[in-house]
Amino acid sequence: MTLTITGLRVAIRDTQILSGIELALHKGQVHGLAGESGSGKTMTGFAVLGLLPHGARASGRIELAGRDLLGLPDKELNRVRGNDIAMVFQDPSTSLHPMLTVGRQLTEHMRPHLGLGKAEARERALELLTKVRIPNPAEAYRRYPHQFSGGMRQRIAVAVALACDPQVLIADEPTTALDVTVQAGILRLLRGLCDELGLAVLLITHDLGVMSAIADEVSVLRDGLVVESGARKSVLRTPTHPYTRSLLEDLP
Amino acid sequence: MSQLPLAVKRLSVTVKRLPAALRRLPEAWRRPQAVAGAVVALAWLLVAAAAPLLAPYDPLAQELPRLAEPGPGHWFGTDQLGRDILSRVLYGARVSIPLTLLLVALSVLIGGFLGGVAGYFGRWADEVIMRFADLVFAFPTIILAMVVAAALGASLTNAVLAVLVVAWASYARVGRGLVLAVREREFVLSGRLLGFSVWRSLRVDVLPNVVGPVLVLATLDMGTALLLLSGLSFLGLGAKPPSAEWGAMVASGMEVFDSWWVATFPGLAILTVVLAFNFLGDTLRDALDPRTARAVKERAL
Amino acid sequence: MTSTQNRVRRRNGPLPTFHVRGPILGFLARRPLLRFLARRILVAILLAWGITLVTFVLTNLVPGDPVAANLGQRAVGDPVAVAQWRAEHGLDKSLPQQYLLFLEGLLHGDLGTSQQSHRPVSEDLAEFVPATLELAGAAILVSLVLGVAFGLIAALRRDRLADHVLRMLSLIGVSVPTFWLALLAFYVFFYRLQLTPGSGRVDPAIGAPPPVTGLHTVDAALAGRWDIFTSALGHLIVPALVLSLYTIGLLTRFTRSAVLEVLGQDYVRAGRAKGLSGRVILFRYVLRSALVPIITVAGLAFGSLLSGTVLVEAIFAWQGVGQYAYKSATALDLPAIMGVGLVVSGVYLAINLLVDVLYGVIDPRVRLR
Repeated sequence: MTLTITGLRVAIRDTQILSGIELALHKGQVHGLAGESGSGKTMTGFAVLGLLPHGARASGRIELAGRDLLGLPDKELNRVRGNDIAMVFQDPSTSLHPMLTVGRQLTEHMRPHLGLGKAEARERALELLTKVRIPNPAEAYRRYPHQFSGGMRQRIAVAVALACDPQVLIADEPTTALDVTVQAGILRLLRGLCDELGLAVLLITHDLGVMSAIADEVSVLRDGLVVESGARKSVLRTPTHPYTRSLLEDLP
Repeated sequence: MSQLPLAVKRLSVTVKRLPAALRRLPEAWRRPQAVAGAVVALAWLLVAAAAPLLAPYDPLAQELPRLAEPGPGHWFGTDQLGRDILSRVLYGARVSIPLTLLLVALSVLIGGFLGGVAGYFGRWADEVIMRFADLVFAFPTIILAMVVAAALGASLTNAVLAVLVVAWASYARVGRGLVLAVREREFVLSGRLLGFSVWRSLRVDVLPNVVGPVLVLATLDMGTALLLLSGLSFLGLGAKPPSAEWGAMVASGMEVFDSWWVATFPGLAILTVVLAFNFLGDTLRDALDPRTARAVKERAL
Repeated sequence: MTSTQNRVRRRNGPLPTFHVRGPILGFLARRPLLRFLARRILVAILLAWGITLVTFVLTNLVPGDPVAANLGQRAVGDPVAVAQWRAEHGLDKSLPQQYLLFLEGLLHGDLGTSQQSHRPVSEDLAEFVPATLELAGAAILVSLVLGVAFGLIAALRRDRLADHVLRMLSLIGVSVPTFWLALLAFYVFFYRLQLTPGSGRVDPAIGAPPPVTGLHTVDAALAGRWDIFTSALGHLIVPALVLSLYTIGLLTRFTRSAVLEVLGQDYVRAGRAKGLSGRVILFRYVLRSALVPIITVAGLAFGSLLSGTVLVEAIFAWQGVGQYAYKSATALDLPAIMGVGLVVSGVYLAINLLVDVLYGVIDPRVRLR
């Protein structure tokens, strides 16, 4: 068991956002987190990395390798962020720094996390670009995000997330902002990396189609609570909770 | 140079959110800043209205001891001609405040009209008007105003005209942007399709949506206009000597700068009025949608 | 889409596509930044020309009579003297002819002769422009450093005490009448405390440094005359601070809102998710992106500084363009006014150009496509 979330509650001022989330991520498995917008999917992801918005309070337990991330001081949490747990965001056109080269964004966290020198970091970055199938990595290393297409940018964002060999990858709606034609490519990439590197992936999405394509396990979130959880087949084929059923019925 | 696409994008958002802004207004009004601004501005309006009742002396009478320090009898002291400075500051409100209001009102009307015409009719009208506005923007305001004031001859009326020459341009930009944003919205288009005339669609559909942001800008501009106007008077290009205009009073204080009170109190008067309107404008702007707020702020430069 | 992106799009604009490329256009087409600059310079030149035209029309349409302003009321009664004076200054020709003559002179770098100083306007300007640039330059430096620092602090301490205090101070800063503040500063620092020298640019007993740039502080440092440098700096400090108060307020307010906007951006959160240190996030992620709107405002603020110098120079007897403009305007000295207009708008346009270049340096989206 790689990452375990138990009884996670988050409140912003008087509003309860999450009211006791239970989740477990396993090595080499994709865990899909489904739910409508506002159900608390993204907040769950942010809570894991300690990126909750200003004024939010979290309680419960988020355990990684025997440590509770919620209790960590910011400095130690910074060693976990990007290093043990990495994140891929929804829209690669806003989640990459527009003014830094791709190479810079790939290597800037390798140096503190992995203690690599400049040349080593560059080498590793080129490997990563190859791994996420960016054509001509040496050229891409020098370029800026706006010079790539949306799908390519998301591949770069995945490479950035994988730069420090994390155990856990949180992918927050990684295909929502992309063209339908490139969505499948990104999903296949994620699935492949998960198998190849033994990543534990938390795939946050509202799209049950995406979910059924690559998830091993599925949890359904509603109003800050997991209403149903289990293997993909059983959840999607024989849902027990009426909410899951209604979600499935809404599918075209 | 034209700032158009920016303004259009932002201000189209404005229009949608105006009702929300109006709802947020009461909350904004409770902020101490807004209360302070409103109280001070109202106080000055009262002073302007009731100066003859409030002032202890005739502002022009040279009957007191010269350059007397502030103290009982004349709280703000007297100037080098033996006039009571408190009375002159109070009477100064009757000169500066109505003129500033008039100035801003005229800028809004003229600039707004020209900008509206440019935005609504587009093409050559747009080009001609907005290129003129660009020229005005490229020129340091006070130097342009100075040339106009000097050429027309030093008088308060001409100073107002001079400031008007530079002040209309920012309203032209805002007005144009707003009209462009509103023009393309569905209800305007549908009105036009229903066969309403150009003027009717401008008056009924466009104008009400444009008023809010322009009002914010105008409030913020009160301060700028007063600073510019009193600056021209300070340079001797506005109010003539005996007149109790604040900028001119500061200038006369320069001649006797060791008597600090002569220049200090009229300057404080300018500061408080400008500050009050800036407080108000700031609050109004915050009550608007944040994105509009920024658009208005950029224009206000 | 964020405002920055919008601005970038606008600045970058749809560039004309050329179907037939000559050697120059071909060269420019391969270098987007150069092409971008070439276009900006062309616009700047057109605008400068427009300004001469407007100044000319404005100063000629108005009822003021330069003859009366320069020769005095008595001489106006003497037709011979008036006619001679008008011929001397080319005022006997028709207006379009006068304007063409002015343009022709302009091409040779000749701005005409000032009716006030009886010297070539270009000579006058060469003397006064550096003085104003020194004052305004010092003021914009101070404003940038303090304004950006204050704005950053206010944004990072949002809704806490420091934020409230800085916002209030910045609002006061943009509300103070510059001329009044200048007078107060003069009274307090020179007359009362005797901390600073009163007026002028340098102690006349020491004298000006050998002119290289025309900026006394720089010239003194270049010549190694530290006594002059101290004196020049002492004269500069109070007027520059007075002048900068307004722009400090302006930049504080703008930096605050620019930083707040960037703090909400996805890539800042992504940077934090990568485990970058607070310092890296602050400088490389937040400040660098906020710099684009900040330099835009700084460019505009420089324009307002140039306006402010007219008032500040009057009080500190600073022999700069502001004073010259004031004297020329009150005397309706047409060549001098035109000269000032050209120079000042030239400086303003140069600043705008600099801002554009800085965009390109800071933001690769402007530079590369």
